[in-house]
Amino acid sequence: MSWEPVIGIEVHVELATRSKMFCGCAVSFGEEPNTNVCPVCLGLPGALPVPNKQAIDWIVAIGLALGCEVSERSVFHRKNYFYADLPKNYQISQYDIPVCRDGHLELTVDDMTRVIGIERAHMEEDTGKSTHVGLGGRIHAAEATLLDFNRSGVPLVEIVSKPDIRSAAESRAYAQELRRLVAELGVSDARLEEGSIRFDANVSVRPGGEDEYGVKVEIKNMNSFRSLERAVDFEIRRQIDALEAGGEVVQETRHWDEEAGVTHPMRTKEGSSDYRYFTEPDLVPMVVDAEWIAAIRAALPELPAERRARYVSSGLDDELAGVLSAVAAPLRQVYEDAVAAGAPARQTANWVTGELTAWLRRSETDPEEAPIDGRRLAELVLMVEDGTVSSSAARDVLEGVLLGEGDPSDVAANRDLIQMSDAAELEAAVDAILAANPEAVESFAAGETKVVGFLVGQVMRATSGKADPGLVNRMLNEKLGG
Amino acid sequence: MSTGPQLHDLTIVGAGERLRSGDVTSVDLLEAALDRAHRTEAQLHAFLTLDREGAGAASQAADADLAIGRDRGPLHGIPMALKDNMCTRGLETTASSQILAGYRPPYDATVVTRLRDAGAVIIGKTNLDEFAMGSSTENSGYGSSYNPWDITRVPGGSSGGSAAAVAAGSAFGALGSDTGGSIRQPASLSGIVGLKPTYGTVSRYGLIAFASSLDQIGPLSKSVTDAALTLGAIWGHDPLDATSYSGAYPDLTADLDKGVSGMRIGVVSELAGEGYEAAVESAVQEMVGDLAGAGAEIVEVSLPTFEIALSAYYLIAPAEASANLARFDGIRYGHRAPGASTEAMMARTRAEGFGPEVTRRILLGTYALSAGYYDAFYGQAQRVRAAIQDDFARAYRRVDALVSPTSPTVAFKAGDRVDDPLAMYLSDICTIPSNLSGHPAISVPIGVDDQSLPIGFQVMAPALGEQVMFRVAAEVERLAAFTARPVIAEVAS
Repeated sequence: MSWEPVIGIEVHVELATRSKMFCGCAVSFGEEPNTNVCPVCLGLPGALPVPNKQAIDWIVAIGLALGCEVSERSVFHRKNYFYADLPKNYQISQYDIPVCRDGHLELTVDDMTRVIGIERAHMEEDTGKSTHVGLGGRIHAAEATLLDFNRSGVPLVEIVSKPDIRSAAESRAYAQELRRLVAELGVSDARLEEGSIRFDANVSVRPGGEDEYGVKVEIKNMNSFRSLERAVDFEIRRQIDALEAGGEVVQETRHWDEEAGVTHPMRTKEGSSDYRYFTEPDLVPMVVDAEWIAAIRAALPELPAERRARYVSSGLDDELAGVLSAVAAPLRQVYEDAVAAGAPARQTANWVTGELTAWLRRSETDPEEAPIDGRRLAELVLMVEDGTVSSSAARDVLEGVLLGEGDPSDVAANRDLIQMSDAAELEAAVDAILAANPEAVESFAAGETKVVGFLVGQVMRATSGKADPGLVNRMLNEKLGG
Repeated sequence: MSTGPQLHDLTIVGAGERLRSGDVTSVDLLEAALDRAHRTEAQLHAFLTLDREGAGAASQAADADLAIGRDRGPLHGIPMALKDNMCTRGLETTASSQILAGYRPPYDATVVTRLRDAGAVIIGKTNLDEFAMGSSTENSGYGSSYNPWDITRVPGGSSGGSAAAVAAGSAFGALGSDTGGSIRQPASLSGIVGLKPTYGTVSRYGLIAFASSLDQIGPLSKSVTDAALTLGAIWGHDPLDATSYSGAYPDLTADLDKGVSGMRIGVVSELAGEGYEAAVESAVQEMVGDLAGAGAEIVEVSLPTFEIALSAYYLIAPAEASANLARFDGIRYGHRAPGASTEAMMARTRAEGFGPEVTRRILLGTYALSAGYYDAFYGQAQRVRAAIQDDFARAYRRVDALVSPTSPTVAFKAGDRVDDPLAMYLSDICTIPSNLSGHPAISVPIGVDDQSLPIGFQVMAPALGEQVMFRVAAEVERLAAFTARPVIAEVAS
C-alpha cells in the first residue's frame, strides 16, 4: 500500500522591534539574565500591557507578503496555562480573530512549484526562558530551574500552515522560504541558532487516495532546517511502520532527539489542553484600517515569489531564477545593475550564482563587501559574448577584478588574456601542437576521434587560454581530415 | 474630650481653606489624622499600613511649597489614604492577601503618582476584602475592619478600610476601587460619599487587578465637592493603560451649584421591594420627593435586565479574576511554600496564600471558562452584559440620570453573612449594573435609620456623564443636609 504524508507546520517568528510587545523594554539578545525587564514583562501585580505599534505594522507586512486577508479588527485573548517561565501564567495571544488569515506561500521543491496554504498568522508575546540545571538537563532529573525573563514579552508572530505539505523535503523548503521571507521583510533577525525562528510540525499519514486525515502527531524541538527535515522524515516512517505492522498512531506530542535521530513521546501535562481562552480585558480590539494596510502594502519590498516570476519573465529558467532569487541582496543588486547596463540576463545570472558566489565563499568575503559592481560585471559578460576573452579566461579576469586589478578590460590586457582572433596566429599554434603530438594524430586516424579534446586542451594551454576553443576545435577537425 | 468641630472632621475643601489662610499646616492636618487613627484603629482596623515617615516628609514638603507660593491645587497638603490594592513604591502592598505578605512594589500606580503630583500626603494603606473580593472587608487576610457608626457592624466592602478611615476622620479622603460596588456600598454603609467614575477615565496602571473589565478607582470623601476635586486630580488619559479614555474630559465642578430644576430623573423600579429594608426604601422615596420639589421631573424607569445583572457579574468577574490571580505562584514575589516540584510549589503556595472567598471565585471563574462550559456561562454572561448596556441606553434616551438605593440594607452585623456567600453577594445588587455598563455612579449619604446607621442614595449617569452625576449628587447632598458624624468610643491603641 502507498502512504501519503500530511504535514502542517507552525512557525514562531520573533520580531526584531526596538521594544517588546507590551512594554518599553528593549528587544535584545545575550544580555545578563533578568536585566532587561520591567513590571509589565515580569507580570508584577498591577502592571498593564500596551501594544507595540511597530509589531502590528510588521505582522500586517508578513500577512500581506503571504497573501493573507488582514482583519481590520482583531482581538487579543488570554491563553491560560501555568508555567514557571510564563510570568502572568497566561500568554497574551490571539484566538478566533487573528490579524492575518488565508494566505499562501509558493515554494520550489525538486524543480516543482508548490503552493502551501497559510491558515493564519497571529500576534503574541514570547515567554521567558527556563534552564534546567543539574543531572542530565532533563526536567524530572533537574536540581534547579533558572529563569530568565529577558525574552519575556518579545513580540512573536505564529504562522500556521494548512496541512498542505506532503514530504520532509517540502517541510524543509517551506521553513526555509518562510525564513527568507521574514528576513527580506526586515522584521526579524531570523536566526535559528538564537531561537528567533522556531518550528513545530504536525505529521500524519493516510493511505494514498484517502481524503480523511490520519491521526496527527505534533513534533517539537527541531532547531535547524536539517533537523526539521530529519524529524519529519523519521516521523513519517515511524507512523507508516506502525500502521503497516497493524498498530496505530496515538495523538500526542513528540520530542525530536537530534543525537539519536528519533522522536520520543513527551511527558504529557494533565489538563494542559484547555487553555480557557477569553478576550484580554486589558486591551481594546486592534483596529488596522484599510488606509493603514495600504500604507504597509506600499512599503513592502519585492517578495521572493514576485522576484522569481520577474526573473523568469526576463528569460531565466525556473531553477536559475530560484537560485538567483535566493542569493544575498547585494549580489542581486550587482546582477540587476549589470543587466541594466546591457548584459544578457541568463549569462549574468550564471556568473553571479556561479563564479562570483563561489569566489566570495572561498575568500570568506561578505556579499555586502563584494568588490565588484554591475558595470564591471556587465563589461566582463559582454567581453565573453563578443569573443574578446574565452569563458575560461573570463574566470581569471573576474578574479583580477575581485582582487582590485581594475576594470575587466584592463585585467584582460594586463594578464594577457585577450582571445586570439588572428586566424594565422591561431593556425600556427594548432600546427605546432599537431607536430608535437604525432601519436594523437595517429590515434585519430585509427578512429579515436575523442583525442580532439586532448588536442584542444593542448592548444589552449599553449595559448594561455587566449584561443577560442570552438575555433580551435573546428580547425583541428579540418586539419585531421575529419 | 473637646467639643465642636475638630481638625479631623474637616472636609478637603475646609482643610484647604484653613491651610491657605495660614491657620494650620499640612503637618497639623497629618498629626490630627494620625492622632485620630491612633485613637480609633483598635476598634476599626481601617489601616494595614500607616506610613508616618513618608507622610511626615510629604507634609513638610507641602508646607514648604505653600510657604513659597507653590500651590498644587485642592489636594495640596491633604492627608489621604489608599486602598491597599494600589501599588506604592517601596511601601508594602498586599491587597489584603497573605500571598503578598511583605511585598513592596518597585513602582507607583498612576493614581499614586497623580496624588503625589497634586500635593496630597499619603498617610497609609487601608484594609480591604482580599483582592477586593467581598462586601464587608471581613475577607481580609489580615483581620476585619469595623464600622465607625457601630463597631459591631461591618463598614461594607471591599473598600471598607478606606470608608472607615474617612468616616472616622483618620484621613481627609481616600481612594478605593469599585468592581461591583466596592466604593459605593462601603460609602453608603459608612455614611460618606463614594463614586465610581466612567470605566477608562482613571488609570488602572498599578491597581492590583480583580476583574479588569470592571475595575475602576474612585474617591471616598466627606462631601460631593471633595469627591469631584479628588476625581479631578486622578483622572485623565494614561498611556500606560490601553483601556484609558483618550478623548475630552468633562469639567467636574462646573455644575455643582446648578440644582436639578428641569432635569429628568429616573427611579429604577427593579431596585426596590423584597430584600430592601423599610428604612432604606422610605429614605430613598423621601429624597426622590425632595428632588421633585427642587424642580426635577421624576420618571419611573424599568430596567428588566437588572434582575440578572448579579448572575452575569458572578461569572464575568470570577472568570477575569481566575486569570488575573494566576500570576501569584510563589516564583517571583510574595509568599512561597516549599514543594517537591515546581508544580507542587505553585499549588501549595496558592492553597496557603489565598483565603476561602478568593479560592471560591478562582474555582468559579476557571469553571466558567472551561472548554464545553464557556458558551453557557462566560459567553452567556457577556450577552447579558450587552443587554444591560442596551437597557441603560434606552433609559438614558428618556432621562438625564437614574437613582436608587446604594445598598438594600444598612450596615450589617459582623459575622452575619460570612457563611452565606449569596446573601453577601446581594449587598451589591444596586451597584453592579453600573460596573457592567461602565457608567459612573455615586453614593451620597441621605440619613440614618432608627439605629443611627447611615443610608446611601445612588445617582447613576451615562458614560462620561460625571457632570450630570455631580450636579444631581450635589443637590441630593443639599436636600439631605446630612450632618451626622459617627461617635466612636476612642481608646488609645
